[in-house]
Amino acid sequence: MSDVDITLKVWRQDGPDQKGRFETYQTQATPDMSFLEMLDVVNDSLEEGQKLPISFDSDCREGICGMCSLVINGVAHGPGEGTTTCQLYMRSFADGDTITIEPFRARSFPVIRDLVVDRSAFDDIVQAGGYNSVNTGSAPDANSVLVSKDRAEEAMDAAACIGCGACVATCKNASAMLFVSAKLKHLNVLPQGQPERRERSRAMLKAMDDAGFGHCTNEYECEAVCPKEISVGTIAFLNREVYRSSLVTSSLAPTVTGE
Amino acid sequence: MALDGHVPGGPLAEKWDRHRFDLKLVNPANKRRHSVIVVGTGLAGASAAATLAELGYHVKSFCLQDSPRRAHSIAAQGGINAAKNYQNDGDSVFRLFYDTIKGGDYRAREANVYRLAQVSTSIIDQCAAQGVPFAREYGGTLANRSFGGAQVSRTFYARGQTGQQLLLGAYSALMRQVAAGGVEIFPRHEMLDLVVAEGRARGIVTRNLVTGKIRSWVADAVLLCTGGYGNAFYLSTNAKGSNVTATWRAHRRGALFANPCFTQIHPTCIPVSGSYQAKLTLMSESLRNDGRVWVPKQGGDARSAGAIPEADRDYYLERRYPSFGNLVPRDVASRAAKAVCDEGLGVGSGRAVYLDFADAIQRDGADTIRQKYGNLFQMYEEITGDDPYTTPMQIYPAVHYTMGGLWVDYNLMSNVPGLFVLGEANFSDHGANRLGASALMQGLADGYFVIPYTLGGYLAGAQLGGVDENHSSFEDTEKQARERISSLLAVDGSRTVDDFHRELGLLMWDHCGMARNAEGLTAARGRVRELRDDFWKNLTVTGSGGEFNQTLERAGRVADFMEFAETMIQDALTRDESCGGHFREEHQTEEGEARRDDEDFAHVAAWEFAGIGNNATLHKEELAFENVQLTQRSYK
Repeated sequence: MSDVDITLKVWRQDGPDQKGRFETYQTQATPDMSFLEMLDVVNDSLEEGQKLPISFDSDCREGICGMCSLVINGVAHGPGEGTTTCQLYMRSFADGDTITIEPFRARSFPVIRDLVVDRSAFDDIVQAGGYNSVNTGSAPDANSVLVSKDRAEEAMDAAACIGCGACVATCKNASAMLFVSAKLKHLNVLPQGQPERRERSRAMLKAMDDAGFGHCTNEYECEAVCPKEISVGTIAFLNREVYRSSLVTSSLAPTVTGE
Repeated sequence: MALDGHVPGGPLAEKWDRHRFDLKLVNPANKRRHSVIVVGTGLAGASAAATLAELGYHVKSFCLQDSPRRAHSIAAQGGINAAKNYQNDGDSVFRLFYDTIKGGDYRAREANVYRLAQVSTSIIDQCAAQGVPFAREYGGTLANRSFGGAQVSRTFYARGQTGQQLLLGAYSALMRQVAAGGVEIFPRHEMLDLVVAEGRARGIVTRNLVTGKIRSWVADAVLLCTGGYGNAFYLSTNAKGSNVTATWRAHRRGALFANPCFTQIHPTCIPVSGSYQAKLTLMSESLRNDGRVWVPKQGGDARSAGAIPEADRDYYLERRYPSFGNLVPRDVASRAAKAVCDEGLGVGSGRAVYLDFADAIQRDGADTIRQKYGNLFQMYEEITGDDPYTTPMQIYPAVHYTMGGLWVDYNLMSNVPGLFVLGEANFSDHGANRLGASALMQGLADGYFVIPYTLGGYLAGAQLGGVDENHSSFEDTEKQARERISSLLAVDGSRTVDDFHRELGLLMWDHCGMARNAEGLTAARGRVRELRDDFWKNLTVTGSGGEFNQTLERAGRVADFMEFAETMIQDALTRDESCGGHFREEHQTEEGEARRDDEDFAHVAAWEFAGIGNNATLHKEELAFENVQLTQRSYK
């Protein structure tokens, strides 16, 4: 495959309270370049011309840290299933293509600059209950609590969430339900998570509301863009947990773990 | 300066217990009066910050990323070792200790490594209780695998995302303490300098990466948990933001830098494809369990891999190491790949070898291979566009981990009182080569189970009065940090930060990488100095200091790599032996293997800063081996 000529329309915004605009750039890319490397090259040439480069977040560049966050041609993390922006390669584009790049947009993710947004609302949600309260040193021998293989796999499927926020960016309600449900399910299906199951469900959902995220209206777009392919079934789990927590009046009530 | 590792007396197995008893305790009511700064939120930083807050200390936690959960520990794939002996296959604390110290080619401190093996078992308990979804057997017990050529199965794992799951466990503990008021977090903050006042580490200067605001913070102790310096090579498997700034700045304030030349080159990474390349991607070394490594026997063989008959292939690892074959340790496999490519036998760009699964697929079927490695094969195809089920992978070694770091004693305290260094940022446990699945173990051991004791021992005995943010050291350090930012912006040249970083990286890779020699190192040192001069004359940094400015962030980090690189080279030049990941071409056996010199180099080389461009001053900590016999590693 040979090099491709690309036109970029990139969202530029100088600060949180500034008005943004699209700017257009021409660049050439090779098929083996990652999408972010293509942007690196654009930035290198902007800097050489003493122009401000495009600000965007990235860190691990291998799809696990969750730092990269671009909406590419209207799709969070761009084309390709189960990938983050940093795992997107230019061979996905054709010569002469125009690519539009925007930040993850949501009221709860304010723009810091250009394509960089503030996702600290996710940390606030986790602070509300996304943990098991076990101080260091107090844990029993790891094999004293058995976890069936299926259950461990179920927890792991949810725990694979990288907290990137693509689910929020793509949702017309800017709902964080997929994120919250993944965090919740990871802990709530495990025996170690049972003591705080009820409170956790209520508290995390409340924190999501407080942070200004919207509600779920079953659009399924979150599942479609999730780089870790977390299923919307996880949201159904959350709904059951919240309903359940309203029926169970105390943590002393019998727990049903399915073990 | 006399270097005292403060290793406790008594038999190896009793040292840590005795020491814990001997350490002074901080009264619970007094813990509330102590404040601690923790820089970095990877496994070491997050586990330390959470645990110290649980004990009652006031903790301030700083990280570069937009959330503590994104620190680069998250990218670790393979697993975490622990001497649980759940498999009943002969593992023990002593065996894990022995394997780790031998794997490090006898360049680590015995007592530290033994303690690491001792606390390894508690780490697994803690993480399981936090809800880390470790792999399980059908009966519900924890699963293990053998990793990195170990002869016992002691590696715990969560699919190929062990680092992510352990970090999310530590992050959840940290978030719990934030909610409880014991920890304040400062994401998107970069440490620019260490504040030393009245002879003790008493704070840091940071830059708020969103607003550009520079300010200082005072505390009773500072913990650096800031990871390794692999990005000195520009291309590595590290995250883009990984850097040496925190440890290098502390070094400039008096902390000794130990064994900076010890870097680990991982053998199975996706090769470089072009000059625009921003990072290298690791393919788990578990692939070597089933993949066969080979190159064509004739250089320049233009046939596709499948068209090259068996007779024309050289399975060089199997040929050179009949008993270990494709499973030789990382340093050995990496050097062998370089050697065949140097001979002109490399494939693809010339800097790659084949990792071929054809035999394994024929033997076990494609489905079995898919179950084992499906996600890795998919990742490879996404990056390269080639399908490993039908075409052999191309791989080449890449910089992955750095064993060197700030010198610390048994308490994880540097030679600057009150400055503690944890995880990859210190030098202490992996010697000259780290074994697979041991980095996660060390980060969490330091944070969960070592620092909570040793920090208390320090605080209980330290005279900390009379220093606050108005102390002149804070004003001076903050002023210098501001001046440095201004001077980066004032260069006003025409060459970009990344361009300088790429050149430095290539220079280091060529002369201070997998194989080193005195001539190359000496030449490289001169070129680093020239490049650094050029950097300060021709750099361009757009934007200003008082705003979100990623170019400025990178410029500061590359400026520090430019200084650090010289110390790394000096260490590599001075260590006139081969050991572990440090291969001096002058010191090899007739078969081309590393030849150690235990007579002259069984020591830690700890360097003291003596000014930019000057020779750093060497301090040696002799390593005493009382419990293991030093042997030549052999994988024939």
